[in-house]
Amino acid sequence: MKNVNRGLPSIDGKGLMMGKPAYTDDLAEPNSLIIKVLRSPHPFAKIKKIDTKIASEVNGVECVLTYKDFSRIPVTRAGQGYPEPSPHDKFVLDNYVRHIGDEVAIVAAVDLITAQKAIKLIEVEYEVLEPILDFEDAYNNKIIIHDEPEIHEMFPIGFEPKKNIAAAYDMHVGNVDETLKNCDVVLETSFYSQAQAHVMMEPHTANARIDCYGRLVIYSSTQTPYHVRRIISQALDYPLSKIRVIKPRVGGGFGGKQCIHGEFFVSAVTLRTGKPSKLVYTRKEVFESSFSRHPMRFDVKLGATKDGILKGIDVNVLSDTGAYGEHALTVFMVAGAKVLPLYNKVDSVRFGGKVVYTNHTPAGAFRGYGAIQGNYALESAIDMMCEKLVIDPITFREKNMIKEGETSPIFKIMGEGTEGIEMSVESCKLEYCVKRGRELINWKEKYPFVKGKSSKVRGVGMAIAMQGSGIPYIDMASAMIKLNDDGFYNLIIGATDIGQGSDTILAQIAAEVLETDLDKMIVYSSDTDLAPFDCGAYASSTTYVSGNAVVKAAKNMRKMLIKEGARSLGVKEEEIIFDGKLFQTEDEKKSITLSDLSNHLFYSEDQQQLVATNSYVGTKSPPPFMAGYVEVEVDTETGVVKVLDYIAVVDCGTTINPLLALGQVEGALAQGIGMTLYEEVLYNQRGGLISNNLMTYRIPTRKEITNMNVEFADSYEESGPYGAKSVGEIGIDTPPAAICNAIYNAVGVRIQSLPVTAENVLMGILKNKEKRNEKQ
Amino acid sequence: MKVQLTINGYKKEIEVKPDEYLLDTLRNSNYLSVKRGCDSSSCGVCTVLLDGKPIASCSYLSVKAEGHEITTAEGIQKEAAQISAYFGDEGADQCGFCNPALALTIYAMKRELSDPTDEEIRDYLVGNLCRCSGYVGQQRAIRAYLEDTL
Repeated sequence: MKNVNRGLPSIDGKGLMMGKPAYTDDLAEPNSLIIKVLRSPHPFAKIKKIDTKIASEVNGVECVLTYKDFSRIPVTRAGQGYPEPSPHDKFVLDNYVRHIGDEVAIVAAVDLITAQKAIKLIEVEYEVLEPILDFEDAYNNKIIIHDEPEIHEMFPIGFEPKKNIAAAYDMHVGNVDETLKNCDVVLETSFYSQAQAHVMMEPHTANARIDCYGRLVIYSSTQTPYHVRRIISQALDYPLSKIRVIKPRVGGGFGGKQCIHGEFFVSAVTLRTGKPSKLVYTRKEVFESSFSRHPMRFDVKLGATKDGILKGIDVNVLSDTGAYGEHALTVFMVAGAKVLPLYNKVDSVRFGGKVVYTNHTPAGAFRGYGAIQGNYALESAIDMMCEKLVIDPITFREKNMIKEGETSPIFKIMGEGTEGIEMSVESCKLEYCVKRGRELINWKEKYPFVKGKSSKVRGVGMAIAMQGSGIPYIDMASAMIKLNDDGFYNLIIGATDIGQGSDTILAQIAAEVLETDLDKMIVYSSDTDLAPFDCGAYASSTTYVSGNAVVKAAKNMRKMLIKEGARSLGVKEEEIIFDGKLFQTEDEKKSITLSDLSNHLFYSEDQQQLVATNSYVGTKSPPPFMAGYVEVEVDTETGVVKVLDYIAVVDCGTTINPLLALGQVEGALAQGIGMTLYEEVLYNQRGGLISNNLMTYRIPTRKEITNMNVEFADSYEESGPYGAKSVGEIGIDTPPAAICNAIYNAVGVRIQSLPVTAENVLMGILKNKEKRNEKQ
Repeated sequence: MKVQLTINGYKKEIEVKPDEYLLDTLRNSNYLSVKRGCDSSSCGVCTVLLDGKPIASCSYLSVKAEGHEITTAEGIQKEAAQISAYFGDEGADQCGFCNPALALTIYAMKRELSDPTDEEIRDYLVGNLCRCSGYVGQQRAIRAYLEDTL
């Protein structure tokens, strides 16, 4: 039975829909202490005095912890390879608070009501400080958000806290100023993108207990269990060997769970009290006190010849990391590294800028990880350039974009926090994606717009995108395969299934190598005591990096099996034919089933446990590509924009599981559409997040997302497992630019600050009318 | 105080606090298919059926449920398994956190609406948010499930 490139249901889908207890809070100790966190009401303040005496004396309160209870050990909460490219600028608790919702104290009590009561009885005297609430004011401001002496970078990332810079970076290829001077047409413009929230359905959740061996066991809804183990050990100065992190089923992550959240607090409480404890974030805490997407400003210059050859790209970025610098540098770099190579024929490129601290909720990892922001800016600017040149935007892209077998100098220059890796794109069906998408949306008939009923106009727009497949030479994955009696296997992996289906596709890969059925490959994953290391679910790495580790481990197992089969039949290994069930000689005279062989290995002869293990670290990061096309309907009387249809043609290599890949792209498109049209982030003047619940922060419902058509290009990535590249992020990148291009094509309004609101579109329409009237 | 509830067909007497919400009562009683997502009746993952109608248990006081019939996903195991097969065939299940509540709502919709249109399905299920799937796979799955079983 063929197992890869086959649409199979995820192995946990049925059990989860039936409501089996499987998520972190379902698995908390029933008598856990309940933890509540006292959070800052001020965007920036010094804690002058904090008195926990009354709170501690409440009947049922087990402990109240403040900054005084922790050693001053700065860490980063970013779950990244070590040493991390993020500044170590966070203490478990500090005597300064740097955003509304920052942690002041934690209470552990016998139940929720007692914990809530005790929280209110903690007396805090703040020295309220003037905050920085506008990221364009942050650089070199007289207010310094991080003035503490202990904080540091792990290696040069441009960290200058005295100037409110968390990270900075600059690169160039050729001389952009010179190139632009010689161009027939130069475009200069700016874009702003907002602090999108992940809104995974399961809020951040963690619990802890001391097991019968006296070890700290943390259950966490995390994307990076091994990084959690390491960071907890650092932050609490507790031996790594005494910590076990288990990741159960996770209710969505999208990057939001690639940072530490409540793990610090449950660990601290349980270590201090010896009692189990748990913490489930409220939705408000998820919004205010975890992480969001980095808001960015892009200043873009493009230069082209009048016959439509793009010659130079100059991008300067200002990124807002909020109060702490999780993923500050790397998200910023991806905004260039996974966007600029799309146009690889230019003479010169410049990319640089700063990531600044503000007193807003911290930013962190979020699907797309900078690429969606960069794509919005560049792919909008490309359409603006096409208008100046009076060239069809598809024709322009086809002329200037990267093609199969080609390379870009960016690959070598820009990695994630460090230098990148030189590579050419061996699999790149972008040309096909663009062509196929144009057919599917019926561009010929619909571009640029079609007048609809009454006040409605329909427009089409498009954008192209790329992402990556893991972080080469840094992020490692490993797999272990164990043979059981009766001839079935365990696949034990560090890879982190957060709902994307990695347990399923990795089992499919192992089953393919060993020619067995999927139900004979029993998966156990993401337990730091039992499973081998894997960096975790981020950077679109699991299919490619963990998948390659599984191929290697499964091939080892196959070799072991053939050796044992040959020994059992008394023949040479070369004489054995193994079809997944039966070992036999070519002449079919001697044979033994896998089931019999494994039973012999357990109980009767040459007894031994067969275990194969292997690991993989990428030597390149082959980008998935896609073309996104959208048809929108704009109501010219109200400015309301509706997405009528979204077409995505994706090259992610050969899909391991076309159904799960489809789900990845459809889900990512919806998040991208949400960021573009619905997910407005509003702060009040005091620095408080107004959009801090699901009534004020609107993610798309099933009424808004009604039509999508996703197709996969026929592609094969030689270095990937069974030809696969990764697919987790690529789908989110195109909606902002494609939708804004479509709105422009429909009504001539260019949206340069996200999200698109009806007000902004209508204002643009009215301004255009005024201009037309003035001309007449 | 004590409330008498019928949960998944069984009569239960449960000790609750006067201001306790049904979500907490159910989770504390080990009905763990019922999830907490937002605390503002906005996301739908805490949905249970009260006398067959979907309600948000996060904002429904347990004392108000006195004498009523509550259904959780634990009470519709056969139907949930059946619905999940259609989701699996459309690549529509991902993290699964919202799925027990969605299965319950689909179950209630099927009993309430005969042969609903696409628009009616979306209207009925609009309160069940999902951040993973992009909804279109779910819609295909629900459509197919209804076509095969109505």
